[in-house]
Amino acid sequence: DMAELLKIKREFEEFQKEYCCRNREAEENREKENQAATQIQSWFRGCKVRAYLSHLHKKAIIIQKIWRGFTARAHVRQMVKAAYFIMKMNFYEEMAVRIQRRWRGFFVRKHIHNFYARKKYMEGLVMKNELVRRELDQLEELQKRERDCLDMVKEHTAKVYQAQRLHHLLSTKQCPGVFNSPFRPAPHEMELLLRQVKYQAPTRLASRGKACLLGIPSSTSSSFPATLGSPLIKTSRTYSSRPILPPIGNKKQQVMMVKTLAIKDINK
Amino acid sequence: MSQRHVVQVFEQYQKARMQFVQTVADLANRPQNIELLQNAGVMSLLCPLMLDVVPSIQHTAALALGRLADNSEDLAEAVVKEDILPQLAHSLASQNRFYKKAAAFVLRAVAKHSPELSQAVVACRGVDALVLCLEEFDPGVKEAAAWALGNIARHNAALSQSVVDAGAVPLLVLSLLEPEMALKRIAASTLSDISKHTPELAQTVVDTGAIAHLAQMILSPDTKLKRQVFAALTQISKHSVSLAEMVIEAEIFPAAMSCLRDPDEYVKKNVVTLMREVVKHTPELAQVIVNCGGLEAVIDYLGNCHGNVRLPGIMMLGYVAAHSESLAMAVIVSKGVPQLALCLSEESEDHIKAATVWSVGQIGHHTPEHAKAVATANLLPKILELYMNASSSEDLQTKSKKALKSVLQKCTYLPSLEPLLYEAPSNILKHVVCQFSKVLPHDSRARRLFVTSGGLKKVQEIEAEPGSPLQEYINAINGCFPEEIVRYYSPGYSEALLERLDDYQPA
Repeated sequence: DMAELLKIKREFEEFQKEYCCRNREAEENREKENQAATQIQSWFRGCKVRAYLSHLHKKAIIIQKIWRGFTARAHVRQMVKAAYFIMKMNFYEEMAVRIQRRWRGFFVRKHIHNFYARKKYMEGLVMKNELVRRELDQLEELQKRERDCLDMVKEHTAKVYQAQRLHHLLSTKQCPGVFNSPFRPAPHEMELLLRQVKYQAPTRLASRGKACLLGIPSSTSSSFPATLGSPLIKTSRTYSSRPILPPIGNKKQQVMMVKTLAIKDINK
Repeated sequence: MSQRHVVQVFEQYQKARMQFVQTVADLANRPQNIELLQNAGVMSLLCPLMLDVVPSIQHTAALALGRLADNSEDLAEAVVKEDILPQLAHSLASQNRFYKKAAAFVLRAVAKHSPELSQAVVACRGVDALVLCLEEFDPGVKEAAAWALGNIARHNAALSQSVVDAGAVPLLVLSLLEPEMALKRIAASTLSDISKHTPELAQTVVDTGAIAHLAQMILSPDTKLKRQVFAALTQISKHSVSLAEMVIEAEIFPAAMSCLRDPDEYVKKNVVTLMREVVKHTPELAQVIVNCGGLEAVIDYLGNCHGNVRLPGIMMLGYVAAHSESLAMAVIVSKGVPQLALCLSEESEDHIKAATVWSVGQIGHHTPEHAKAVATANLLPKILELYMNASSSEDLQTKSKKALKSVLQKCTYLPSLEPLLYEAPSNILKHVVCQFSKVLPHDSRARRLFVTSGGLKKVQEIEAEPGSPLQEYINAINGCFPEEIVRYYSPGYSEALLERLDDYQPA
């Protein structure tokens, strides 16, 4: 009994000791075990959260992937449209440039600076110059001839007037005149004029000169060009419009003739 | 009895006065008597005789006064000082036609000497009186009045304006239509004197329709009339484009060219001056004249005449060529350049040479074709010589330099440029070398010719400062040829070779 009591007491003590030891150990292990449990729990929780997060990520990635693909395809479609449009515009512009190039070349060459027209113009100018020169030459020639003609008429009128005044120097059958020297081969032109001119008493009417032109026989007119016709025609007109009184000196003429005869008698 | 005696005294006095006045008038015809007459105090004696009772003494006295004033400026001033002019102007309205002619003659003689005397004539209302005379019937009176107005208007614009304000221009245009040749001449000359000063005066003349009448008179046979008509048209057309266009619209041009063959020198000169004034305004007007063959006519004219009268022709060619290159080509095609070369060599006056050089510059400066035409006529050495000649005037030298520069900048005809390499001074030389440096890189035959004719040698001999444009051109030219050739022609090469010979050891 005692032995059992002792054994129980010893067992009780051992039990107490054990209990205390176990408590002590449990106390000691409590922290460790707590930490271990915390760690295990945290790990587990972490895994759960991680799994959740990765699930979320995957879904988000799927969504973003689909969205980005959609956007990019839309963008590419837009870009393709724009590129197509640009290509078309370039093509049009290229064609427009070709058209404008041709048109501008044509326009400039035809209207602004026409090379062939200019060449033809220069050639035409040369020909025109030649023509103008020839025409001017002809005109000059004509004018010169008219002037020469007028001069000749004036000269002839002067000579006829001279002949009129020197009528008394005409040679007669008996006595050769001053202009008809026997030593000459032929009579002087003055002599011929004297023979042809009809004597008229000098009057102061200007038409006298023209009237004496009428007195010249037509043989002299052959030496003149045809333009002399006009002064002759004019003179006939003036002659008819202003009747000239006949020279009063018929008697004088006879007297003159007598005088010349007398002089010639004296000379002989 | 005594009445007859008294009348006889008066008649003697009148005869004496008449004789005095007539003798003085005859003496005044000769210039050497003028001094003597002035010293004898003829002015103070003639003045009261102008107010004499007898009309024939009046007008002979006026005639004598006019002749005196005509010949000497002092006497004209004395006429003004003696206050005869107001009396003359006043009596112009009332007297017979001989007196009017003589009084207009006095006014003309006074006005012709200087603007101050003309101003005096205007101040005493002489202009109005003369314009009244223009309305007379007698052509002699009209002629004298028109001549006096012309002398007044000739001096300056203000006097012309006073003549126009008095309403002279319509009357002058009417007197252009009169049959008397002398009156027409004087009217044309007066119109030309009036219109020469300012565009407004010319416009006034044109507004009365003068151009049509003047244009009709171009074909008249009278030489002096033609001179005056062309002078009048020239003075009208020189002011502005619109006036020149109006003159052209009167269609004178094909007809006026026949007057270029007139035997009288001044008619031809006036026609060419008219063409020059018309051509100088715009290219269209120049085109009109070129199209009716004007260039040919002017070139023939230049060939036929000599001396100072060539100047308007030369300037006309210059003005035509200056407008555009097609007109310049037209001048070249009508063989203008050889003619100008002839003018340059024949004329000795500096101003004519200057004008010729200017015209040549205007022709040649458009394109290389034009410059080639100028160069083949051998004009470039001549112009260079004129430029370098110390006895040419300033004007001639500046014009030659400008012409040379402008032609050289376009000239690509190398054979004509080579003589210039030898003689030109450095400022011209730089252009010549520049042209070579432009042409040589592209043309191998030209390079060969350049070397064989000694041009490369000359280029090497030119000294230029490094960095100057001349040096750049020389480098450009040297760059067209292989090294050996350039070294061969550089000066001093033979010496360099001989030096090498000194150092050479035969192996």
